[in-house]
Amino acid sequence: MKKILILGGGTAGTMMANKLRKNLPLTAWEIKVLDKDEIHYYQPGFLFIPFGIYQPEDVVRDKKDFFSKGIDFEIAEAAKIVGEENKILLKDGSAISYDILIIATGAQVVPEETPELKGELWYKDIFDFYTYEGSTKLAKKLENWEGGKLVINLAETIIKCPVAPLEFTFLADAYFTEKGMRDKVEITYVTPLSGAFTKPKATKMLSQLLAEKKVNVVPDFYLQRVDNERKVLVSYDDKEVPFDLLVSIPVNKGADVIANSHMGDEDGLNFVPTDKQSLQSQQFKNIFVIGDATNVPASKAGSVAHFEAEVLTDNILNYIKGLPFEEKFDGHSNCFIETGFGKAALIDFNYTTEPLPGKFPLAGIGPMELLKESRINHMGKLAFKWIYWHMLLTGKTLPVSTAMSMTGKEVEEEVLV
Amino acid sequence: METILSAPLLATNEEGYLKNYTEWTEEWACAIAAEHNIDLTAKHWEVLQWLRAKQAEGVALSLRKVGNSGIVDIKQLYALFPGGPLKISSKIAGIPKPASCI
Repeated sequence: MKKILILGGGTAGTMMANKLRKNLPLTAWEIKVLDKDEIHYYQPGFLFIPFGIYQPEDVVRDKKDFFSKGIDFEIAEAAKIVGEENKILLKDGSAISYDILIIATGAQVVPEETPELKGELWYKDIFDFYTYEGSTKLAKKLENWEGGKLVINLAETIIKCPVAPLEFTFLADAYFTEKGMRDKVEITYVTPLSGAFTKPKATKMLSQLLAEKKVNVVPDFYLQRVDNERKVLVSYDDKEVPFDLLVSIPVNKGADVIANSHMGDEDGLNFVPTDKQSLQSQQFKNIFVIGDATNVPASKAGSVAHFEAEVLTDNILNYIKGLPFEEKFDGHSNCFIETGFGKAALIDFNYTTEPLPGKFPLAGIGPMELLKESRINHMGKLAFKWIYWHMLLTGKTLPVSTAMSMTGKEVEEEVLV
Repeated sequence: METILSAPLLATNEEGYLKNYTEWTEEWACAIAAEHNIDLTAKHWEVLQWLRAKQAEGVALSLRKVGNSGIVDIKQLYALFPGGPLKISSKIAGIPKPASCI
């Protein structure tokens, strides 16, 4: 009996377990999933909790309920991966060996990385919304907040769901407008990037939206520390931004077990060096990496994990048969961007094609607007929660192709000079 | 534009980044640094050589990686290349503009 061990039972790990179980005989392959927590959070839902759009119970399920028959799910904390010996060591000192290891340990926010971010104002006037605790506490704060300077800050550029901070900003504008107190709130978006987003066309569209919603943007601001006493953000080049309420996207890092195993890349953020097309670890041939845990230059997002899972399932099946990898992950990412007042935009892109305007064909639902606000996009965003729990995690096929398609996208003609 | 004339005329993109990083020369680096009002010291050269070595290895660069290089920390990098430390140092080093992947 051979064994596939999956480290992490979140979005990516759960999908991989279910997909591989469908394709591998029970008599030949054991599939075991390890995770340190029992709860599966619907992470895209954290965005909506601060504004009362989702209730905390909307985003919480038991991890064990999403594994199909024949998958052994165990709660245990891995301490170290010993790739040379094909085993992992657990915190309790025991070891588990494997034939194939899939690292799906995700990304976490680490406010401790930034001096004084998690200081005396933490969960008083400084909040994150990328955790269950942060988003639920922020909801309570916003309920009674009387206004002032609201600052949204990204501490680092490599973050989970890169559009979520913008979505938070748009939803905050709508929330305070609907409460009749938008004039009492000054919203400032402070980012280490040179603009609202990384890619030119999306940045242009999103910058216009920010301007329309009267949000100040402070670009090229790389956070060094937070001054709790004076309530200001301080950058490495000594620029300052004052706040009354800070919504922080702290530094994101991979799991501690990656650091303990010395398997992280040179950023020191514990993301695992991974071949961006095959998703094989660059260090060990029988270790594969998926989702937020990789260092591939794609968004850290559920849609990316889904497209990766399609490719990685085929690649692992080939690996088992001793065949070369046939499928290549193209960096495909597909994200709704909630823009407030019941609308959303949609972006669809990959390693080489930036988000473009146009129409996104979707069987059964009709085309969705790309890089443009619409109500149907917002409905799509809300419908995704059901799709996530009932189709995505269980490994069902979604009506979106794994490789990015140019169908419907508007490509500007090259202008000859 | 006059500083470009004093430097070897190399092909750059519309943002002034060298198109082919193997064409880079120290003379060119000095000219581009001067455009940014930077006098290149030994420490600057150390950073530039490190950036070029990483580019040759195919490593995607970030401020944090430079901060972990053992040559400078992030604060020192800001002091060496004020305004946009990774963007400006990359341009002077003749490597592509650091791409954020999202």
